[in-house]
Order: sequence, then structure tokens, then C-alpha cells
Amino acid sequence: MYKIIKKEELGLDTYLIEVEAPKIAQAALPGQFVIVKADEKSERIPLTISDTDLFDGTITLVVKTIGYSTRKMLSFRVGESFRDIVGPLGRPSAFIHRPIGELRRARYCFIAGGVGIAPIYPLVKWMYAHGLNCDVIVGARTKSLLFYLEKLRPVSDNLYIATDDGSMGEKGNVNTVLERLVKEEGKRYDEITAIGPMIMMKFVSMKAAELNIPCIVSLNALMVDGTGMCGACRVTVGGQTRFTCVDGPEFNASQIDFDECMRRQAMYDHIEHHKQKEGCECMDAAIQAQVPTSGRVPVREQKSGNATLMRSALDIMQKRP
Amino acid sequence: MTEAKRCLNCKKPQCVTGCPVQINIPAFIQQVAEGNFAEAARIIGEDSALPAVCGRVCPQETQCEGKCVLGKKGEPIAIGKLERFIGDWSRENNWCATKKSAENGYRVAVIGSGPSGLTCAKELRMKGYNVTVFEALHEFGGVLVYGIPSFRLPKETVVKHEVENVKKLGVRFESDIIIGRTVSVDELLDKWGFHAVYLGTGAGFPNFMNIEGENLCGVVSANEFLTRNNLLFAYKPEHETPNFVGRKVAVVGGGNVAMDAARTAVRLGAEVHIVYRRSEEELPARAEEVHHAKEEGVQFNLLCNPVKILGNEQGWVNGIQCVRMELGEPDASGRRRPVAIPGSEFTLEVDMVIMSIGTSPNPLIAATTDGLDINRHGCVNADEDGRTSRRGIFAGGDIVTGAATVILAMGAGKKAAKAIDEFLMKK
Repeated sequence: MYKIIKKEELGLDTYLIEVEAPKIAQAALPGQFVIVKADEKSERIPLTISDTDLFDGTITLVVKTIGYSTRKMLSFRVGESFRDIVGPLGRPSAFIHRPIGELRRARYCFIAGGVGIAPIYPLVKWMYAHGLNCDVIVGARTKSLLFYLEKLRPVSDNLYIATDDGSMGEKGNVNTVLERLVKEEGKRYDEITAIGPMIMMKFVSMKAAELNIPCIVSLNALMVDGTGMCGACRVTVGGQTRFTCVDGPEFNASQIDFDECMRRQAMYDHIEHHKQKEGCECMDAAIQAQVPTSGRVPVREQKSGNATLMRSALDIMQKRP
Repeated sequence: MTEAKRCLNCKKPQCVTGCPVQINIPAFIQQVAEGNFAEAARIIGEDSALPAVCGRVCPQETQCEGKCVLGKKGEPIAIGKLERFIGDWSRENNWCATKKSAENGYRVAVIGSGPSGLTCAKELRMKGYNVTVFEALHEFGGVLVYGIPSFRLPKETVVKHEVENVKKLGVRFESDIIIGRTVSVDELLDKWGFHAVYLGTGAGFPNFMNIEGENLCGVVSANEFLTRNNLLFAYKPEHETPNFVGRKVAVVGGGNVAMDAARTAVRLGAEVHIVYRRSEEELPARAEEVHHAKEEGVQFNLLCNPVKILGNEQGWVNGIQCVRMELGEPDASGRRRPVAIPGSEFTLEVDMVIMSIGTSPNPLIAATTDGLDINRHGCVNADEDGRTSRRGIFAGGDIVTGAATVILAMGAGKKAAKAIDEFLMKK
């Protein structure tokens, strides 16, 4: 059991959870993640290790409510425990293995979108701890989705902020900032690491290619075991199939098939929804919206069995325009 | 008991030679015949940690029962069923087969809680070692819990009980620890105070065919499908892991795992088609499993090989293109090599494809342990008794042999326990 010792609201629907896991704290390196299983019946959920504290033997996770399982995780209070946490998983960020001289000569830029701020932080902190310079760009839709700024500021050389609605920092997205820095301010970066929603990583990767800067991204693929056993996290990199959990999570962005990643990430969206609560109004609405009016209108009985539920989910997915 | 009485109690019992853990089969059957079930359980317990499991999943037809003298003229003794009965009897009667032994001061780490790890741990504990089993997943049992479905091997009762029995002997079990990440094998020896390590991590890394369309939505490995349903109970509404089952499912492969995946999909309401490139004779699955699968309505597309997987505009599977095969000359494995018949391509319309074409050892331990020799298949090189290229590190089961059976892994665990004992006692 892994006891929660701190829980703090960071922003809209986003919480920090600090949990006792001394063995993981001891072994964790930047870029690695854990799998959390909140209780007996929960899913196994991959989450990046956002910070470690060897003194208290804790790791910090940042959780954003995106579905039933994350909401359930966040219903746990300080003093309660998660049933399982395994890790650290995945390969650490490649740069930590490079010679320090090489790192000192290079100029690194870290870009985070939304909840991607949490996994960017340990990378930036590692740079700082090793006396290296780097710039950080964070972006989100709006101010209330930004967090960790007070943690990032002291460990980065320059912290640039962008919001879509201009409620904080520059109005625009991370790409606007990146482009301005490179084109107008003459900044030179040797490598970019971008973490955030898949779509954001795709666009940063395209911008980086345009600016001729190598780009690394950390993929948040769906996983079951997280140890290389199931292959749910398959991703095509450079035309070859890779497992995000053991070959990643960081890959060279220019070689990733992002569209496939996004499709695979959404694979269970509708099914998951069905499982959460039978008779979920949201789902009813979705069914109503998707099923052509000439077709049969779903009735209560059709939702009684799980198999039927999964079938209708499939129907919807395949009928989607 | 009537069945047990058929046993001739041969002077040179062939059945024992067929058993990878060499259970004294005639002796336990004699006790069953006389109604001394506790004594029968004790006899099995001397050699096997998992009677209720083996009685269910061993390929007896090629092992003990295959060697039975009675089988030459009529039907062999149903050794598997008798073993299963004794295993279940001792569970239901709370009969614990072994006693605790005093500790000898040596500590051994067993990596993996599958059949080989459990056997090795039990053997070592009985010899007096302080044993800790490390498991990466959240439940103990390895393939017995994530792989083999409950309808073939009841998890809550049988597997849990067999693990409990090993626990009762005084073996310590630690879940959520992935060796090579949470702690390395070298750290176990250098810093965590273990005198020897046994690697029983199995072959859990799923193989894919590397054909077009394999990463479409709706294509999963048998491991993923079985893990979702067995380890995480995704088929039960009260469990939160999402599950996807197609209406018409193609299972590629012909092994026991393919049969398990096919039969699981049938139970979830799918129409299931096995796609296998050789003929029925070469199906690697146990005859019994094939028989059950057929009984349950699984359709067999034999001498068919997938060429590519087809998808719709949304990236979901909608078919699998196969080519018909014919059997040519025997290959290195002695089986006739399947050869594609040109122009025989056809499409099977399916909305899910389950890839069940074998598994390899997870490369993690080999990659994080210096000086541990592996072969070109990624298996750890170990001798008959489990000694690896590193002193103090032993290995057995699927991590050495590649994917095989529960009982072979148990046999390897038992041999390695003996070798570890010899190694530590000589030190």
C-alpha cells in the first residue's frame, strides 16, 4: 500500500498527489513513469513521476481528471493509500546519459502544454541540478490550467508563458513563442523536448522540423501493464513498431506517426465511458447524436449486458464520420 | 478411487520419467486407491508445489499419461484428473502439505511469481533458505493469473490457494517491484543482501508479425486481451479496465494461448475464427484445448496465413487478408514447412484481430544485468541446472527456453533450487 501524504489543487481539475514510495523515489530518473492502481477494481494508469523526495521517501504525481479512473484516484484523501504503484518504468530521458561537456555546449528548450508541465519539470530540474542552462515554454488554453510556474522559474533560465486566450503571458500557443524566439530573438536551440497532449506534440514537432531543430517528445500511449507485456502502447516510429512502455516513452518526434498515436489513444474512449456508469446521460446524448434518425433508437434493455454495451460502442465508433 | 485402482503399480514406472518434476505417481495413486488422500497429497507435495494447477493445465497426453503402460492397449490412467482431485481435496480440507523448516542464514531472491518462481521458492524454503519472491504485477502467479483464463484454471480458488501455500511455508512475497527498474539484479546481490538470485521471469513479451495494418485499432496481442480479462477482470462491469471485443474476431496462431484467447472471446459473445498457417496435425495447442474450442464453436481456418490487416477510414480493423498455404518439405523443426499458394488471397471480414504468435522473454533483465549471456532469441543462456554466465545468478523456465509449458518451468525451478543449494552450501 502506498500512503498519500499530500494532496493539493494545482489548477482546474488538476491535483498534485505526493505518495510514499521509497523504493521508486530512490530509483527514479527524469522521464520515467509509474503505473498506479488505486484499488482492487481500478485500472492500471500510467503517470509520469513529477518529482521525488528521498528524504521523505515520496514521489509526486500530477493527476488531471479525464475520466472515471482519474476522478476515482482523486477521491482518495490524505492518509488513505493506493493499492499498487509500480516503477520507475520506461527509459529515462536520453540526455542524462550524455557527457556533461556536450550538454554544456548545447542549448536545450523544454516545451510543455497543459498537464505536460508536470513531466517537464523533472527534466528542467535535472538540468539545473547539473549546472546546465535551458529555456522553458509553457502553454495552456487559459490561466487556470497553468501550474508549477513557481517551481519552474527558479530552475530555468527563461520561462515563457503562453495562453490561447491571453489570460496570462503571451496570447497564443507554445509554437508562436518558439517561432518568435528563434526567428525574431535569434535564439539557437540544439534540441527541443516537448510534452503535452498528443496534438500539441504533433504541432510542436512540425514547427521544430520547420525550424530545423531536433525534437524529442514523451508519448502518453494507452497501457495495461506498462512493463512490455501487452503491446497496447504500440507506436510506429520510423516505420517500425515500438512499445512506448519499454522502448519509450521518449522518441524522436520527426519519426512518429502521430495520427496513428491519436487514433490508438482514443481506442477505448467510448467503451470506457460505457463501463463507468450504466445510464450515463452523456452517453445517451452521444448515442442520440450519432445514430442516424432512420435507425433504431437505443432503448434501456440494450444497455443491460456488457457485451451489448461494447457492441453499440463499436457501432458508434465505426459510424463516426 | 476406481480409476486409481486400475493402476498396475509398475516396477519401473514410465509415468514418472514422463513427468518434468518427477512426482512419484504410482505411490500417490496407490494412496488414492486406498482412500488416503492426505498421504497422496504429501507424496505429490514432495515434488510439486502446484498440484491443483498441474492437474488442470499439464499436457498429460505427452507426459505421464503418454508413457502409461495401460495406454498401449487401452486408455491410460487419468493421472492428471487424479492429481487435480488431490490438489482440490487438500485445498477444500485445508490440508497443508509441508512443514516449515528452520532458516540456514542464506537469502535467495526469486524474480517472478509464475510456476517456475513458485516452485523454486518452495523448494529453497524447504531446504531452509530465506526466500523473497519479487513480482512486477500487482498479483502473484505470473502466467497463471494473467494468461490462463479462469474457465481453465480458477484463479480466486486454485491459484490463490497454491500461492498461499508457498507463503505459509515462510516465503516472503513482494509485488509491484520490477527487477531492472525498481532495483537491478546486481543491487539485489550487492545492496539488498541476497546471496543468490533465481530469474523466473518467463516470456511475456508478445511477438507481432510485422505486417501492414498491425497497429490499427482493434488489433491486440493475445497477452493484452487475456491480461485485460484475466488479471484485471475487464469483462466484469464492476471492474474499471475497459475491454473491447469485436463481433467477429480473428485469432492468429494455433497454440494454447490462441485457444485461450479464442475461447475467452467466444464467452464475450464473439464469432471467432482461428487463422493458422499449418494444418490441424501441426497445431501446437493441446488436443484437448482444440477439442474444447471446436465444441464451443470456434472456427478453424487452417493452412491460412495473414498477409495484411485492413482498416476503415477511422483506423479500425475491418478485415484480414490471408493467403492459403500448402505443406512442403519438413523444416528444421521437423514440421512440414507451409508454403503460400500464389493467387489464393482472400479476405476474412472481422472487426478485431488477436495476435497470438508467441512471446519472447522481456529484454529488461538482460539489458540491466552486466555479463549475463543471452542467445539470439533473447533467452538467457543457462545450463541444465539453471546456472547462467554469472556466478550466483540462476535462471529457468520460459526465460531460458522461450515460451513453453507450466510444468517444464516448474521442472526448471526445481532443478535450479537444487543447483542454488549446492552453490551456496559449497561457498
